[in-house]
Amino acid sequence: MGSMASAKIVALPMIEKHSDPEPAAVAAKSSAAEISAVETVANASAPVTSSELPVPASEPVPTVSLTKVLRSLLAQITRERLITAALACISIGALFLFWYLGTKYRFEFYIRFKNVPTPYEVYQQLTQVGLSNKYLFNIAISVRRILLGFFIAMAIGVPLGLAIGKYQRVRDLFMPVIEILRPIPAIAWVPMSIMLWPNNEASIVYITFIGAFFPILLNTIHGVHSLDGVLVRAARCLGASEFRLFLNVILPGSLPHIFTGLAVGMGVAWVSLIAAEMISGQFGVGYFTWEAYSLVDYPAIVLGMITIGFLGLACSGIIRMVGVLLMPWLAFAPGGRR
Amino acid sequence: MTMAMTDTETNKGFIDVRDMGVTFGANDNKVVAVENVSLNVQPGEFVSLIGPSGCGKSTLLSIVAGFVKPTLGEALLDGKAITKPGSDRGVVFQQYSLFPWLSVRKNVEFGLKMAGVEQSKRNTTARALLDLAGLLSFENHYPDQLSGGMKQRIGIVRALATSPQVLLMDEPFGALDTQTRVVMQEILTNIWQQFRISVLFITHDIEESIFLSDRIYVMTARPGRIKAEIKVPLPRPRRAEMTDTPEFMNLVQELKGLIREESLAAMAPEIKDRGLSGFGMKVGPKGVGEIF
Repeated sequence: MGSMASAKIVALPMIEKHSDPEPAAVAAKSSAAEISAVETVANASAPVTSSELPVPASEPVPTVSLTKVLRSLLAQITRERLITAALACISIGALFLFWYLGTKYRFEFYIRFKNVPTPYEVYQQLTQVGLSNKYLFNIAISVRRILLGFFIAMAIGVPLGLAIGKYQRVRDLFMPVIEILRPIPAIAWVPMSIMLWPNNEASIVYITFIGAFFPILLNTIHGVHSLDGVLVRAARCLGASEFRLFLNVILPGSLPHIFTGLAVGMGVAWVSLIAAEMISGQFGVGYFTWEAYSLVDYPAIVLGMITIGFLGLACSGIIRMVGVLLMPWLAFAPGGRR
Repeated sequence: MTMAMTDTETNKGFIDVRDMGVTFGANDNKVVAVENVSLNVQPGEFVSLIGPSGCGKSTLLSIVAGFVKPTLGEALLDGKAITKPGSDRGVVFQQYSLFPWLSVRKNVEFGLKMAGVEQSKRNTTARALLDLAGLLSFENHYPDQLSGGMKQRIGIVRALATSPQVLLMDEPFGALDTQTRVVMQEILTNIWQQFRISVLFITHDIEESIFLSDRIYVMTARPGRIKAEIKVPLPRPRRAEMTDTPEFMNLVQELKGLIREESLAAMAPEIKDRGLSGFGMKVGPKGVGEIF
């Protein structure tokens, strides 16, 4: 929750900056003004090139005062936002209330709350183990595995996806093998992965990679395909070489879909990681949770689950935040936030 | 690099299309889009290509732009065969083709960046061009924040930023409403007046072609051939009031007459044989030319 909220706040100053009246109205006003402006220069009969045109002076750099920043932050606390925040609290509060009531009255009707620890017991567990080295070490191990698997998947998936999306021959070569491997769930890779890789750590990273790879790859391909062909033609007319075309048009044009792929890939990576840790692991949050079950340490099970939830949320929140920072234009795209 | 366009450079930008033929598909699906077309644009001349939809006029422009290779004949720019797209030919498309992820100024800078021009120089040129288009105050906006007419104006100056020898325009105002279109035509004629580069302008709007051009080629329905070549003797600079003069009106009538037959042929051969009245349609005094 925290990461999501901060992502929104980061995005907002950029939106506020561009708040203009209706573009159409502005267009009408400016076109009327510019006709006279253009007509005055039209009488100059000597042909000119772009480099000879009079250069307007740069706009002065606006100064920022602290009170202005504070006021703009305060202005963001609107009625809409308060309602959003209230509903978020209700949503999470309801979950805890259900859990609390279920465990308090030992609810038993098909589902059994008999052995489920109460929120307070889990809280106690957190304060006991929360700062213990073992717990933090498990988290660190899981995060490292996720980052390794995810970044390798991104480093391979995005360039490969761009190439497959752009070139028919690359597509013909790679797609058959991808279509066969793709339906195999990452968890089904566990036995093979243990055989394949020299150590346990590498095999878990590999499973995490498999989970993240296909969503990233397929969304990147889709991003290239959904790019408007006229943009590619325009870039070629403006002298873009093949490499420049990739860097300056195809990559940024596919970026919204790539980020969808990264967000989905991150989710699947966590699913795959936890499963792999539970089955074959030493260390990691998944292992921590499974070990708690083996040791009949019920509060630790719930603590493990909540930890996984928060880690997953933080990871997708970071991806969303990076996406907003890298793609500020999306705020104005059709169907965007404005 | 001062790119002052001296008299010698003004002689560049000669487009020569010779005996052009374009066929799409093969065997049974074969479609002859363009047949035996020869046309030229003299350096610094504004030439329009007008014809019913589907007559292959956009195909011709794609060939000159370098996107499509002709089946027969050749297209030359200053005597050299055109084989691929390049920044010596600026292109303005019918669809909005600004890069949505770049600010307005970065869009205008794009061609210069591709040419390896340094940042400060790019910035200066882009700002000057945006000032010319009356959109300097929007330099840091994104294209999605602008109206259609503004986007097309930026599209035009973006195509001019690399100082091309010719400008190819494929129905650039086709998606705009009538009022905006008239304003855009005036802006274009004023910009052209300053740059004096060769323009090949595709349109299906008769008044637009007359208002802008020095010369107009009229194309037939598919397969597209050149039906007529008309000189526009109106003085320059062109002004909006000129559209009310008898000279202008006469040209409109002449072109409407030429195109009427072709638009009928383009719609359906049956209509051409029976005439519109055979379908119970009412044809006004200006005939089907109205649809242009």
